[in-house]
Amino acid sequence: MADKTIPTQIEETDDGQILFNVPLPKNPEQFKDLSPIILKQPYHIDYIHSYGQDSPWFAGLANKRLLGTKCQKCGYQFATPKLSCMECGSDCDWVEMPLEGNLHTFTVCEFGSEEFLKETPYILCLVEFEGFNTLLLSRLIGVNPREASLDWVGMKVKAKFRRNSKFKPTDVYFVPA
Amino acid sequence: MRPVYVVSGGVSKFKKARPDKTFQAIVKEAVVYALQDIGLDYRKFLEIVDGSVASYFSDHFTRQLMAGIMVQDYLGLTPKPSHRVEGGGATGGLCFQEAWKSVASGTMDLCLAYGFETMSHVNTWKGNEFIALASDVSFDYPVGGFYSGYYAMMVVRHMKEYGTTVEQMAHVSVKNHRNALYNSYAQKRQKLTIGDVRGAPVVAWPLTRLDICVMSDGAACTLVASEEGIRKIEKATGKPVNAVKITGIGRGTDAMRMSDRPHKDVILLPHEKPEDYVGKKFVGGKLKYPGIHSFRAGRVASLNAYKQAGITDPLSQIDFVELHDAYTSSEIQTYEDMGLCRYGEGGEFAASGKTFMPGIDYGLKLKEKPVCPVNPSGGLIACGHPVGATGLMQAVFATWQLQGTIGKHFGDKTLQVKNPKRGVIHSHAGTGTYVSVSILEKN
Ligand SMILES: [Zn+2]
Repeated sequence: MADKTIPTQIEETDDGQILFNVPLPKNPEQFKDLSPIILKQPYHIDYIHSYGQDSPWFAGLANKRLLGTKCQKCGYQFATPKLSCMECGSDCDWVEMPLEGNLHTFTVCEFGSEEFLKETPYILCLVEFEGFNTLLLSRLIGVNPREASLDWVGMKVKAKFRRNSKFKPTDVYFVPA
Repeated sequence: MRPVYVVSGGVSKFKKARPDKTFQAIVKEAVVYALQDIGLDYRKFLEIVDGSVASYFSDHFTRQLMAGIMVQDYLGLTPKPSHRVEGGGATGGLCFQEAWKSVASGTMDLCLAYGFETMSHVNTWKGNEFIALASDVSFDYPVGGFYSGYYAMMVVRHMKEYGTTVEQMAHVSVKNHRNALYNSYAQKRQKLTIGDVRGAPVVAWPLTRLDICVMSDGAACTLVASEEGIRKIEKATGKPVNAVKITGIGRGTDAMRMSDRPHKDVILLPHEKPEDYVGKKFVGGKLKYPGIHSFRAGRVASLNAYKQAGITDPLSQIDFVELHDAYTSSEIQTYEDMGLCRYGEGGEFAASGKTFMPGIDYGLKLKEKPVCPVNPSGGLIACGHPVGATGLMQAVFATWQLQGTIGKHFGDKTLQVKNPKRGVIHSHAGTGTYVSVSILEKN
């Protein structure tokens, strides 16, 4: 005899996708002709990201200071922080960066990843700094994106900081100096 | 190390979306094709094959971890050995080389290299976001970085340093789309003009939609063998195998962040001299290398592969190249890395006619005759770029070229290079982070 306290049927619920009356040919030989069943599913997570050893860079931006790193042994200077020297493998120290540099290259983004589509057109650029061996990827503001020109390369630019820090690399951006 | 050969290959039709099949079944299409091409019965194949290598780039697109083993079991290859390789856009090229390693080392006599990507599961801009996660998520992606933007910044610097023009870039798009007219596997088969390319919507200045490859669903595979492996196949089929020899393998890497790339001395190929890169035409009187205009990984991969194959003058010793033209600009940059022309000459070289196919009317005034067709298949720009399959697709097309069987497989002989002795395939990831170069020769 079945124990009536143990359910023998899975509970019917209203969540997720519910399809009623899905057509299926009578003859199994025709099953291969069935159109594929395609479901759209939500896909969202809150992800915990640590900036790890790069954290002082973001804390610097919140205090209107632009930081780079310098190799303890060979003196190679990184404008995008690296705490291990790519040249000799030694540890690097934090150093203060100049707030002015030159535009090494740029582009005007008319499209982008879904997250940034609403910000188009925006300008991405790589900035070079006196004394630093590597570059920094940033946004260029204060020029007309409709007037993009190769002449912009080499332009003097200066750093500006967001007042309300979001702890993203866009807490710093560049404008013509 | 033992000599290693490609015996056969297969490519599924690349399409924007393949909802009719799951990734395992799309891979099987390519495998069945490769086996039918040599007349090898599937059950017999399962008996004699020693193992496989799986190639796919993104777990985000499949939303399925360990997708490789699902292909392995669908194909009936369990319990034989296998592993997955992943190296961004170069995943397929790396997979091909892993299969080579398995055979060269004596571990396997017959190894199947298969790859796939199904990118249609999200919209294009979400797909761009997924791919952009293959850039530094602390410093690059959150600035609004995405791949077309990165390549646009690189070519802007190339234009500034070398005088490369957007019209020269458009020549690559016209060439590759036009070649694809004769390739039944290609996703985009179009007759374009320079005006069409420049008139298309700009994605990231100065790159337009027609300077950039599209996302695809697709799969490809190659069957790689030792001499002993070839004998096993011939015994099973009773037919001689038209094998192609792999004579060189090279790889290189560079920093993930473009901003980290050094500005140092150029790495020279055997036919180049240090003086080639000194003088007024270089900013500051000397080429600073690689900067963001050149791919150091592509140069190192070429250098290693050329050394193994004995290539000292690439343009005259290579009969055709299938290279990773995710962007028209990166095809031009890659000409230089591979030494088909000097650094700085890529733009002019692209428009010269030297990389075009003979016998095709491109509707362009080209100064020079074809010397070394580049992307005779139509490349990524026209064929599509289902990432994990792409490098293997190149290996298959190069194999067919060297076998002289393009007409049979494409249903049209137009794209068959005349009596090719040596072809090169080039697979490329990120903004030039992993690059593989493999050299195939007529046996
Ligand atoms: Zn150092």
